[in-house]
Amino acid sequence: MRTSKTLFERIWESHLVAHPDGEPALLYVDLHLVHEVTSPQAFEGLRLASRRVRRPELTLATMDHNVPTTEGPVDDPLARQQLDALRDNCAAFGVPLFATGSGREGIVHVIGPELGLTQPGMTIVCGDSHTSTHGAFGALAFGIGTSEVEHVLATQTLPQSPPRTMRVVFEGDPPEGVSAKDLILAAIGEAGVAGGVGHVVEYAGRVIEQLSMENRMTICNMSIEWGARAGMVAPDDTTFAYLEGRAGAPRGRAWERALDEWRALPTDAGARFDQEVVVDVSALAPQVTWGTNPAMVAPLDGSVPDPADYDDPDQRAAVERALTYMGLDPGTPIGEISVDRVFIGSCTNSRIEDLRSAAAIIAGRRIHPRVRALVVPGSASVKRQAEEEGLDRIFAAAGFEWRRAGCSMCLGMNPDILQAGERCASTSNRNFEGRQGAGGRTHLVSPTVAAATALAGHFVHPQELEPVA
Amino acid sequence: MKRFEKVTARVAVLDRADVDTDQIIPKQFLKRIERTGYGEFLFFDWAKDPGFELHRPQFAGARILLTGRNFGCGSSREHAAWALQDAGYDAVIAPSFGDIFRTNSLKIGLLPVALPAAEIRVLMEVANDGGEMTIDLEALELIAPDRPRIPFQLDAFERERLLGGLDDIALTLRRDPEITAYEAAHPARVATISL
Repeated sequence: MRTSKTLFERIWESHLVAHPDGEPALLYVDLHLVHEVTSPQAFEGLRLASRRVRRPELTLATMDHNVPTTEGPVDDPLARQQLDALRDNCAAFGVPLFATGSGREGIVHVIGPELGLTQPGMTIVCGDSHTSTHGAFGALAFGIGTSEVEHVLATQTLPQSPPRTMRVVFEGDPPEGVSAKDLILAAIGEAGVAGGVGHVVEYAGRVIEQLSMENRMTICNMSIEWGARAGMVAPDDTTFAYLEGRAGAPRGRAWERALDEWRALPTDAGARFDQEVVVDVSALAPQVTWGTNPAMVAPLDGSVPDPADYDDPDQRAAVERALTYMGLDPGTPIGEISVDRVFIGSCTNSRIEDLRSAAAIIAGRRIHPRVRALVVPGSASVKRQAEEEGLDRIFAAAGFEWRRAGCSMCLGMNPDILQAGERCASTSNRNFEGRQGAGGRTHLVSPTVAAATALAGHFVHPQELEPVA
Repeated sequence: MKRFEKVTARVAVLDRADVDTDQIIPKQFLKRIERTGYGEFLFFDWAKDPGFELHRPQFAGARILLTGRNFGCGSSREHAAWALQDAGYDAVIAPSFGDIFRTNSLKIGLLPVALPAAEIRVLMEVANDGGEMTIDLEALELIAPDRPRIPFQLDAFERERLLGGLDDIALTLRRDPEITAYEAAHPARVATISL
């Protein structure tokens, strides 16, 4: 009999409501996060079928995707209609809502953890593919579509076929200046955009154990960018220290009981994964994407690839298309690519630690005159904390625009978009064609490389900047 | 959801790999609160190019899309599946799909059919000549002109659900006693209402 289990298997088994023969497993959902874009049709479906929200107290809604990040009203009538719809739906169905202006709003994957709602051992879903972020706490968290949102609202469960499992072990000591963003971009570059399809991935190894919660969230966040259904990290003392005292976390004796339960979650030695991958990070450089998906990535000290170097005709065609779209010539050194815009934000890199690391680079310096740069904190709470620490003044003095919380230029549903042909160094998660605006060219980077690039006007390693006078 | 009937139709070819849902339906159309009307925005930015593959006359009226690996990767937006269905597609055939897109498609009765890449390469030639194909979900077979019948796989439960046009939520609500029992045995881990 096999007794050793993975973290994933433990969570899966403890959330099985039913698993009838010939049907998918029915999984209980501990926390359902909702936002304005993928929920209106789900609430409408409930209304048409005269169904209610089964567990409003396990549901939390916020406004993030299409909210403007400047002060003032929502000018876009369609965006306003969608935000109003969320407000009306939450009121009608009894779902708690952290609305814009409440001081509690923010990107759904930033507020869940900061409120202490994201906890080890939980199942968490949201109508957003970056729900994998919450896996950083040792939760099973994944993105769903609107039909599934409706299903969870109505039943607090989801039918699921069992995924395959994979463990990605990061080995070696990453060199100075290499961040969590670089680790995950490099891993995606190696595995390809479909390398994780069908799998729940556990990220492990000493490198992961030494990361802060913010950095673990960055890694888990991008699981979907190589197709994985979810990404997770075993909970440990770093996790518990982050959670203790947060509003949604257990207290007193309940906290002690929770700790006992959480300490029993990690994968047993000898537990088996369907696939094991090792990524050696000892010689890793900061990463910059050059193409139109996150696997099209190169080290900052490398160069744009040549389509002729690809044997697979599909891959060659994809690289050719990408370089045409991105306006790049094969062989161009990454460090010689200049940018027009810099965006620091998104559910990947908009937490306090991300803002601190970027501010540390730009303190006392000015951005390049050609560059327009934007910082969008992940939540109202991150914004407040950054302002208490004086980070807003550092960004403003350097020439950055300091904005209100939201998804902003990660997907450009609000007015923060690139113009056609503009090139952007972005701390977000997707460099798809038109992602930040039709014709816009996105390069994914870490917050420190984004900050350094804003100063130099081209991609540059922070260590290569001139010292502050 | 309406029942999935046997479909015989022209097949459009989009010979690209890793087509993400941002291309299928760009973000500016996600602000709508309706579930219908996305078809005219399908592949919005690509469709601006007069040379875009799907504009070819032999693909007019196509109800089956034949495309490259990892179709529908990226964002969870169900709008991508809605847009394809609204534009008249009943099925998408590809070597592989993004997981969330595949689930979304099944939920609304847009059939994702996975076939080996080499098989798809051959089918693309047939479709490029304007040939019709038949997808028989009952028999789990694809029928192309001058080709042996091509079997495909789909989970038996999903097949029944599509053929019967069954409501997923109603199916789950048959398990209401089990859900209630689970809730009784497992206290809530969080209380969003008390925050």
